Amino acid sequence: MFRKETFRLSRIAGAGHYGGALSAAELIVALYYAQLRYQPSDPGWLDRDRFVLSKGHAAIGLYPVLADVGFFDPALLDSYTRLGSIFGDHPDMRKVPGIDFSSGSLGHGLSVALGQTLAARVQGRSYRTYCLLGDGELAEGQVWEAAMAAGHFKAGSLIAIVDRNQFSIDGPTETIMGVEPLDAKFAAFRWNVRRVDGHDLDAILDTFAELADEPNAPPQLIIADTIKARGVQRMEGNADWHVGNLVGSDYDDVLSEIDAGLQPSIGSH
Amino acid sequence: MADKTGDRETAQQISEVFVGSAGPSRSLKPLVTVAGIEAASVPAFIAGQELADLAESDDRIVVLSADLAGAGRVIDFAMRHPSRFFNLGVAEQNMVTVAAGMASTGLRPYVSTFASYASLLCCEQIRTDIAYTGMPVRILAHHSGMSLGFYGTSHHALEDISAMRSIADLIVVSAADANQLRAIVRASLDVSDPIYIRMGRGRDPEVYAEVPSNFQFGRACRLTEGGDLTMIATGSEVRPCLDAAAQLREEGVEVRVVDMHTISPIDVDEVVAAARETAAVLTVEEHNVTGGLGSAVAEILLESGVATRFLRAGIPDEFVLIGPPAALYAHYELDAEGVAARARRFLARGVNE
Repeated sequence: MFRKETFRLSRIAGAGHYGGALSAAELIVALYYAQLRYQPSDPGWLDRDRFVLSKGHAAIGLYPVLADVGFFDPALLDSYTRLGSIFGDHPDMRKVPGIDFSSGSLGHGLSVALGQTLAARVQGRSYRTYCLLGDGELAEGQVWEAAMAAGHFKAGSLIAIVDRNQFSIDGPTETIMGVEPLDAKFAAFRWNVRRVDGHDLDAILDTFAELADEPNAPPQLIIADTIKARGVQRMEGNADWHVGNLVGSDYDDVLSEIDAGLQPSIGSH
Repeated sequence: MADKTGDRETAQQISEVFVGSAGPSRSLKPLVTVAGIEAASVPAFIAGQELADLAESDDRIVVLSADLAGAGRVIDFAMRHPSRFFNLGVAEQNMVTVAAGMASTGLRPYVSTFASYASLLCCEQIRTDIAYTGMPVRILAHHSGMSLGFYGTSHHALEDISAMRSIADLIVVSAADANQLRAIVRASLDVSDPIYIRMGRGRDPEVYAEVPSNFQFGRACRLTEGGDLTMIATGSEVRPCLDAAAQLREEGVEVRVVDMHTISPIDVDEVVAAARETAAVLTVEEHNVTGGLGSAVAEILLESGVATRFLRAGIPDEFVLIGPPAALYAHYELDAEGVAARARRFLARGVNE
C-alpha cells in the first residue's frame, strides 16, 4: 500500500526519490505500526518517541504512513509538491504534522536526534529517539561527529537505523565512497550494533524487541540490509532509480507488481 | 603608542583565550586572574554568568560549547549547572545541530564558540537546522571581527554579519559592551526566534553605564545628537564612534551616534531619519564593508529616495594584516582616532572617498 502511494505521489510531482523510499518501506512501517510511541491527535506530545528521517529524501515514503496513522487527512497528499503544499520532497516540521524535525541536507539527522536524546536527560523524560540514516550520507563528516558524541555521552535511548541499500546517487557506495566495515566503525565509536534483514518485518520487530532500555548506556545502531527500490524488479539495486519518473503503462505495470507482493529479489542480497 | 599597546595585548590575549578551557569533568576553578587580569576586566564575557543566574528560575536554559568553555566563559554556567551544560568537543557543526534538536523539545539552548566557526563553518546548520525550522537557539558568537588579532584570518569573523543577515527568520544582533550583552541575553528569554549574538573579545570598553532597561531587538539606540553627521555603528565600533564624536565636537562638528545593535531585522526608520535629519551618514563596523552593516544601510538609503552623502567604514574587501588587535584597529582606522580622521576627510571632501 505504501509503496503504491509512493508511486502515486511521484506521479503527481513528476519525479520521486523511489529507490531510497522503497528500501526503507518495511523499516518505516515497523516503526509507526509497532514501535514508536506517539499520539496522532497531539503531534506535539512532549513524551512521544522522536523519529528523525535523516535521509529526508525518503519523505515520499513517510507521508502516506503519517496520513494512515492519523496525523492528517490522506486527501491532503494530493497536493504533494504543488505550489503552497505542505509536502515537499524533503519534510518540513513546521508544515507537516508528525514530522519531528525537518531534514533534507544529509548528515544532520543524527546530531538532531542526539540533541533530542540529551534533552530527554535534562528534562527527565523517558522517550526514545529513532533516527533513520541512508548509507550514502555516512560519507558526511557530521555523522561521525554525532556518532562520537553519542558514544561519549552514552546516549542509550538513541536508536540509529542505517538503511544499508548499498547505493548512493552516483552508484554503489563501495565504489563511490566505501562505508564498510560499518559495524566495526560504529562499535569503535562506542555503539552497540545489530544487523537485520531490512525487508523482513518479523526480523525487524525482533530486533526492536532486543533493544536495551537503559538511557545511560551505549547508543544503539541497527544496520538494516536492504535493496534499493525493493519491490519493483526493474528498479531494484539500480542507482538509476534513485530519482525517477514512471509514465504510461510502466506506471500501471509497477502498481500491479506491488499488488502481487514482494517477490524474491533478483539482485544479490 | 600603538606598539606598546600591542605588546601588552600579545601576552594577555594568549592567556585569555586558552586558560580555563577545561570542561566540567576536570577540576573547575573560576577564572579570576589570568596574567594579572581581573575577571571583571573581561566584561563582555558575562553571558555565562548571566545565563547561570537566569537558569536559576528558567529550566529551559542549556548551554553548549565546543571545547571553548573557558575562552567563551560559559564555564561560569557549567560550574553552576553541570547537568545543563554540554561540551561537544571540537565539533562545532554537530554542536549547533544538537542544539537544534534540543530546542525542538522545548529547551532554549545557548551555543558558544568563536564567531568565525559559528557563522562560517556552521552557516548551513544555522540556516537549515535553526532558522528554517524556527528553533529558539541562541548563538553566542564570541571573538568576532578581527579581535583575535595575530591569530589570523582563520580565527577572524569579518564576514559573519553578511552571511547571517541573509538568512530568513534569524535575528542578528551585536553587543556593544557587557551591559548591552546582559540586556540581549535577558531579552532573548522572551523571544522564540533563533538569534545570532555577535560578541567581541571580552574586553570591550563600556558604552552603557548600566544594563539598558529599554532594549528591544530591532530598535536602534541613539546615543548622541548632532546634525552634521550620523555615525551608525554596531558592536565593538560603538565605543570608538562615541569617542570620535567627542573629538569632533571639540572641533565644532556635531555628530549623531546610533548604536545599530540589531542588524537583522534592521531599524529602517532610524536609518532614514539619519538621512533626512543630518547632513551625512557614515557606517562603522568591524567587518568587511561588503555585505555588512554598511551594505544593509546602503540598501535602505537607496530605496528610501532620500539623497544623502554616505560612506562605509570597515575592513576593505581584503584579508587583514597580521598584528595585535590594537595595532590592527589603528591600521584600519577603526579606533577612535581613525574613525575621527575618516569622518574629517569625508566631511571635508564633500564627496565620497
